[in-house]
Amino acid sequence: MREQQAKKVRVATCSLAGCFGCHMSLLDIDERLIDLVELVEFDRSPITDIKEVGPSDLGLIEGGVCNAENVEVLRAFRRQCKTLVAVGACAITGGVPAMRNHYPLHECLDEAYVNGLGVQDGGIPNDPELPLLLNQVHPIHEVVKVDYFLPGCPPAADTIWTFLEQLLSGKPVEFAYRQIHYD
Amino acid sequence: MIEHFSLDGKRIPFQPGQTIMDAAMQAGEYIPHLCHNPEFRPRGSCRLCVVRANGRSVAACTSPAREGLEVESDTPDIQADRRSLLQMLFVEGNHLCPACEKSGNCQLQAVAYYCGMLAPDFTHLYPVRELDGSHPDFVLDFNRCILCELCVRASRDADAKGVFGISGRGIGAHLIVNAPSGKLGDTDFDPHDRAAQVCPVGAILPKHKGYDVPIGRRIYDRKPVSLVGDVADHQEDMS
Amino acid sequence: MSAPSPEQAAGTQLERWGSDSDNLLQMLIGVQAALGHIPEAAIRRFEAALGVGRARIEGLIGFYAFLHHRPRGRFDIRVADNIIERMRGSRELAEALAGRLGCPPGETRVDGRLSLGYTPCIGMSDQAPALLVNGYAIPAVEHARLEQVVALVEANTPLADWPPELFEVALNIQRKDLLLEAAVEDGAALAALKASGADALMQVLEASGLRGRGGAGFGLARKWGFCRQAPAEAKRRVVVCNADEGEPGTFKDRVLMQDPQQAARMFEGMTLCAGMVGADSGFLYLRGEYRNLLEPLERELQRRRDAGLLGKNIAGIAGFDFDIAIHLGAGAYICGEESALIESLEGKRGNPRDRPPFPVTRGYLGRPTVVNNVETFIAAALVAVQGADWHRARGTEHSAGTKILSVSGDCARPGIYEYPFGVTLQQILDDCGAADTQAVQIAGAAGRTIPPDEFQRRVAFEDLGTAGSFMIFDQSRDLLEMVRNFNDFFVHESCGFCTPCRVGTTLMQKTLAKVSRGHAAPMDLDTLRRIGELMRRTSHCGLGATAPLSVLDTLDKFPALYRDRLSDRGFVPGFDLDAALSEARAASGRDDPRAHLEGDGV
Ligand SMILES: Cc1cc2nc3c(=O)[nH]c(=O)nc-3n(C[C@H](O)[C@H](O)[C@H](O)COP(=O)(O)O)c2cc1C
Ligand code: SF4
Ligand code: SF4
Repeated sequence: MREQQAKKVRVATCSLAGCFGCHMSLLDIDERLIDLVELVEFDRSPITDIKEVGPSDLGLIEGGVCNAENVEVLRAFRRQCKTLVAVGACAITGGVPAMRNHYPLHECLDEAYVNGLGVQDGGIPNDPELPLLLNQVHPIHEVVKVDYFLPGCPPAADTIWTFLEQLLSGKPVEFAYRQIHYD
Repeated sequence: MIEHFSLDGKRIPFQPGQTIMDAAMQAGEYIPHLCHNPEFRPRGSCRLCVVRANGRSVAACTSPAREGLEVESDTPDIQADRRSLLQMLFVEGNHLCPACEKSGNCQLQAVAYYCGMLAPDFTHLYPVRELDGSHPDFVLDFNRCILCELCVRASRDADAKGVFGISGRGIGAHLIVNAPSGKLGDTDFDPHDRAAQVCPVGAILPKHKGYDVPIGRRIYDRKPVSLVGDVADHQEDMS
Repeated sequence: MSAPSPEQAAGTQLERWGSDSDNLLQMLIGVQAALGHIPEAAIRRFEAALGVGRARIEGLIGFYAFLHHRPRGRFDIRVADNIIERMRGSRELAEALAGRLGCPPGETRVDGRLSLGYTPCIGMSDQAPALLVNGYAIPAVEHARLEQVVALVEANTPLADWPPELFEVALNIQRKDLLLEAAVEDGAALAALKASGADALMQVLEASGLRGRGGAGFGLARKWGFCRQAPAEAKRRVVVCNADEGEPGTFKDRVLMQDPQQAARMFEGMTLCAGMVGADSGFLYLRGEYRNLLEPLERELQRRRDAGLLGKNIAGIAGFDFDIAIHLGAGAYICGEESALIESLEGKRGNPRDRPPFPVTRGYLGRPTVVNNVETFIAAALVAVQGADWHRARGTEHSAGTKILSVSGDCARPGIYEYPFGVTLQQILDDCGAADTQAVQIAGAAGRTIPPDEFQRRVAFEDLGTAGSFMIFDQSRDLLEMVRNFNDFFVHESCGFCTPCRVGTTLMQKTLAKVSRGHAAPMDLDTLRRIGELMRRTSHCGLGATAPLSVLDTLDKFPALYRDRLSDRGFVPGFDLDAALSEARAASGRDDPRAHLEGDGV
């Protein structure tokens, strides 16, 4: 038992261009969370204070890639995580944020910062601290290699649990019909 | 005399003139498909129903059944091909399921669930396409059209109207509407048209009904398409 | 002479084509030629006169590359851009034209004088670079010719007044055999039909072992036999000659039709077929790129009518009535596929049909239809006169007779070579003066890529079948450029009907671009294979099934092409990360270090 604890699986998670809904779903596994904490320890994640991702066994990525910072974080996750999982519709297809792919970026920026309702003395921000937006939003598999995909908006807690349980116990990952949905 | 072929080892009876798909459907056996609807002339364009018949890959919806034919459909390699085809259809358009009113009632999703597609992991093409809200009762969202031509066939053959057509070619092939403005509102399209009821995806959508049935209680939310059948057979569940 | 109004132009076409909606495509081609585009008013005129929906008309304009809804320039210039033309400077030619005429490729000059663009192979690979002006081919556009074209365009000289020598196309026949040497009189095949009767000639064809020359090699006697037996209203069958010759690198049908004697034989072969199967109408489907052959061929048809070799009671055979109409294509390779060709003849988009039923039982307007290649009809006309043994004297057991090859690329003597079937690739390379050959692309973009250790293979249906395209690449060439050129071709030419070909060609294009930029990882090569094999298995027609061949062949036989370009990363994004920040940089005016993304994959 002690030995097992010493070999806890290290999990890192993050939300790129997402809404944290997938993270909420992860927490939604309710009392199984307790089982989970027995099995895993968390590296960088919204539920820890760790700022930079360190060597981890499993990386769970929520959200698509919409700006330069997303790219950097995603690449750091890929470098540090043995297994990387795209969690949720946005990570897998760009999702709702990708609806802006219909418009040239400058139109989106103008709409938000210059012409938008209620904007006064608008101007497109040029603060070097702000990450620049990419011309289009991309699913994460177009930026790094992805090992698993967990669809859903968000994926059901049950789906996430099934996945983690199977993966951590080394079983082949398989889902029941109702566990897979794209919405 | 009734003739038979085998589908994944099962004996399937058929009458002369029937396709593999016809006979399978009649026998209650499911072969994945999107552009097929027994009401209309088969088209064989989505290629989801490609099966191996005596070792040759053919579309079940257009290939005549023949006595003694050995048809394989539900094999790992054929299902893998289907997943690739589905992934192509997803990345070709803009299928943002969480933002689509058809979600749960969509046959593209349903077949993808059935075939075990977890993600469309090809490069997304993110085409720039229009949304046509000109019609009082229907929205036409070109982002989701998969070019099955069911609306084209229904409008031409069942409604005798010819509201829809296809223009362009190759990756530029696209649905068009029979009006100089290109707008659905400028055609004689009517909510009672058969063409209003056959779209397998969220491209031809009734207005004001979007979420009458909540997500989670929709046609394909609980049971696979192999059991509940095509979208076109479920109009009452959606309107 | 001022241009006709749209209504007039449409009216002229309606009259010319009998107000028959089956001929809609031909009418649109006519309006396009008269006005440089198909204006709204012409569309309305056709809608009203033919009772067809505008969606059908728009669908045609959108399908055929040579039809346009928006006006093109007065001189519509398309530079042929197959890989062979590229190797002979087609891109430089287009750039030079663009610079001299002030009109970038892909655009129309503001004054409407010209449009400039690219087009796939126009059947001039032996005299590249070549271009089309308003559909008329000008070969060998080297420096002096380029200046001449520029001057004529700038002077606004009507095309009809351009010097005729610009449009002269060389035959370049380098090797003759059975077919090209045969001395047989005009009308002899029809005389043989009259003398021996259809049944006896059917046996001769059968014994001759003649197989189709358009690629697939289907037995001629079998095909004609099927059609003959297919139930049809009294002699209402149809004979179609496939002169679409769209396969990149092929030009032998062009040469055959350019030679008056061979053109006559082609029509005679069609007429013979009509007499044997019981057909009353014939079509020559002539690719739009061969527009300059239309008038000579029309004249030949008229000559035959005048000579009693077409029309009523042909060759004195009572009740043998048959005539031939020429239909033009309009820039769609897929229309060479026989069932798409038939759709096109019926005035539709060229989507291939389901088969069965095959054209021999249900073809043009549902009538039993024979479709054969130009060379096949010529061979049939000769066999009817010369006999089966004459034909069997050449070739192999399974591939009797000869094959005409279009040889182009890196060799001293490109042109037309007729060989007995069974000839080795090495023999051909030696004869045409090819040295240091890296690869032969046989049977066009849709064909196979053959490395030197396979040059002892043979041109024959039992080994390497081909419609005749033979493109040679020496060691100085980058074969990946060839592969990408072919893939671009298929992206342009996929009809869009079925999923694997419509989407697969484009996904492959993106991945190949990645390979070419040095950004591909081994995973990307797996993706190429996966898409390619999926297309082979699941495509609706031969286009999609053969489009990935050059990719798959080079992955197998020229792996270094890909391996040497792989990135050292395990994965590289499908797009350029730093470039993806360009719009935001422009909008924010930033160029600080954080406004850039370094590196690519991890
Ligand atoms: C994509 C595609 C393009 C084709 N293009 C041509 C062509 O340009 N000319 C031709 O004769 N056959 C072409 N074919 C072959 C025809 O479908 C058909 O087999 C041929 O015309 C039959 O004539 P044959 O038996 O005399 O060869 C093409 C086939 C495919 C699949
Ligand atoms: S709109 Fe719907 S029915 Fe019509 S072609 Fe597109 S997907 Fe098919
Ligand atoms: S394979 Fe390509 S060309 Fe053939 S039907 Fe399919 S999309 Fe059209």
